[in-house]
Amino acid sequence: MIEAPDLSLAALAPLLFVFGAACLGVLVEAFGPRERRHAVQVTLALVGTLGGLVTSLLLAGEREVTAAGALAVDGPAVFLQATITGLGALAILLFAERSLDPARSAFVAAAAVPVGSPRDRELMTAPRVQTEVYPLATFAIGGMMLFVAANDLLIMFVALEVLSLPLYLISGLARRRRLLSQEAAVKYFLLGAFASAFFLYGLALVYGATGSIGLADIRAATTESGSDVLLVLGLALLIVGLMFKASVAPFHAWTPDVYQGAPTPVTAFMAACTKVAAFGAILRLLYVAFGTSEWTWRPLVYGIAIISMVVGAVLALTQTDLKRMLAYSSIAHAGFLLTGVIGLSPDGGGSGLAATMFYLLAYGLTTVGAFAVLTLVRDGDGEASHLSQWAGLARRSPLTAAVMALFLLALAGIPLTSGFTGKFAVFRAAIEDGAWPLVVVAVLASAVAAFFYLRVIVLMYFSEPAEDGPTVAVPGLPTTIVLAVTVTATLVLGIAPGAVLDIAEQAAIFVG
Amino acid sequence: MTLTHYLVLAAILFTIGAVGVLVRRNAIVVFMCIELMLNSVNLTLVTFARAGGTLDGQVMAFFVMVVAAAEVVVGLAIIMSIYRTRRSASVDDANLLKY
Repeated sequence: MIEAPDLSLAALAPLLFVFGAACLGVLVEAFGPRERRHAVQVTLALVGTLGGLVTSLLLAGEREVTAAGALAVDGPAVFLQATITGLGALAILLFAERSLDPARSAFVAAAAVPVGSPRDRELMTAPRVQTEVYPLATFAIGGMMLFVAANDLLIMFVALEVLSLPLYLISGLARRRRLLSQEAAVKYFLLGAFASAFFLYGLALVYGATGSIGLADIRAATTESGSDVLLVLGLALLIVGLMFKASVAPFHAWTPDVYQGAPTPVTAFMAACTKVAAFGAILRLLYVAFGTSEWTWRPLVYGIAIISMVVGAVLALTQTDLKRMLAYSSIAHAGFLLTGVIGLSPDGGGSGLAATMFYLLAYGLTTVGAFAVLTLVRDGDGEASHLSQWAGLARRSPLTAAVMALFLLALAGIPLTSGFTGKFAVFRAAIEDGAWPLVVVAVLASAVAAFFYLRVIVLMYFSEPAEDGPTVAVPGLPTTIVLAVTVTATLVLGIAPGAVLDIAEQAAIFVG
Repeated sequence: MTLTHYLVLAAILFTIGAVGVLVRRNAIVVFMCIELMLNSVNLTLVTFARAGGTLDGQVMAFFVMVVAAAEVVVGLAIIMSIYRTRRSASVDDANLLKY
């Protein structure tokens, strides 16, 4: 007789909401009439993600382990799930924008039609869109929510794949520059599958060393019998797999290519949501499973954080494409986030956890906003993402330039923006934990990073606009909502972050 | 034959797969090397399950197989779409995105 595992449906409501919407989306795709599909899919995806957001907010304060110990619904899980669904809803709004491009959408009309064929040119301006992107994105959001709540390594692996597989597909579905987009998808897929194989081998080794894959059991086993070679090796491989998803250098090789090649709304989605999910999983793995054997991973994470900050900041200096520059900036930010991960104490206390979660929220909102501005600046060939095309943008459209300048300042961590509060919080956490050399490197890297963000601002405000420069499209309702929300959040989290910091502080307790 | 032999075999297979991913040029072959890595993990899991006397590892191997199958579907679709345009599945030819 097999006993059914205990399932607390109330605690799983956000996940059920999002996965339910995704499954319905697949049915709509199969049976719905084509001309109505776009509107229906957008509505479904928004209802799903916003429903997930509301239900996860209602779960605040929940602390339980459910589904036979496989899922932990605790403060960090709920906080990060709310962050992921909120950012996911904003990204879906960007997906749904149809008024910017004469080609009607950022997504291809029919992905199966070969690039450059007569049929492809015919479909270029067709109103038809590959509406599968909406259920796929919803599945990815569901996978991310599962990822941050996974309390055993197998569920973590399954969630990793559920979030990755749809992302591989939707990054190959751009309407313009399809070759670049497909190339990005191939690179992302091959490297992503490679990294998940490492994660899986790490899982197998940890299973061999401790006889279990539950995070709480691993913690008990390591506390009791110490760590052997197998366990340390397994942990290292797990970290490689997770760091890849979080685009931390030296596992970042895919990031610039995929960020540049993927359709910009998808890039916004990946940059914000995937990072939140991956860091959620890293935090849970390191705090819950390996919190008592800190010495095994601390030097590793310490080193990786330094490499990531330096590589991200220095390579971003040499970029001429804005999307690529933001990709390297995301690598540098992953390093800053790792300083917050370092700032935790073995018992799961310390301010590192709350600081990292706040940073993820602030960074996610700013990044979605920055990529939303990128979709507005266009020339005849789609988005004008080359730096030189942004020269003198403030004269063409003062408002767009001002909004972009705000996001860039926030990414650079200038006071009165959310970026400053986030950076301050993670640096303070690291210093409290005695990791001041790391913070010195982080501050220097921030200074280097500030240079390339400010360079774009100088370019926008103090250069002559080119004769045949890009035009600034008038955003439709979805993009306007995204920009309004992200601008407000960037300012509020910078000027009056107290309330949100308190919430993060209260949420920052893992259930073991 | 002790259980260690199986673990060593799995480690060797994993390494062959990892090296294959790094040196082979055809996207399909690279993908096959990744599948080899996943299957070596299955062997490791089953061996540890046998050593520990529990069934957990064997159940996990099933999960890995299912996920690998899903990955094949997505991966081949992506490789197919780029092949139809370029008439080549070489990862060296996909070189538009750089620097």
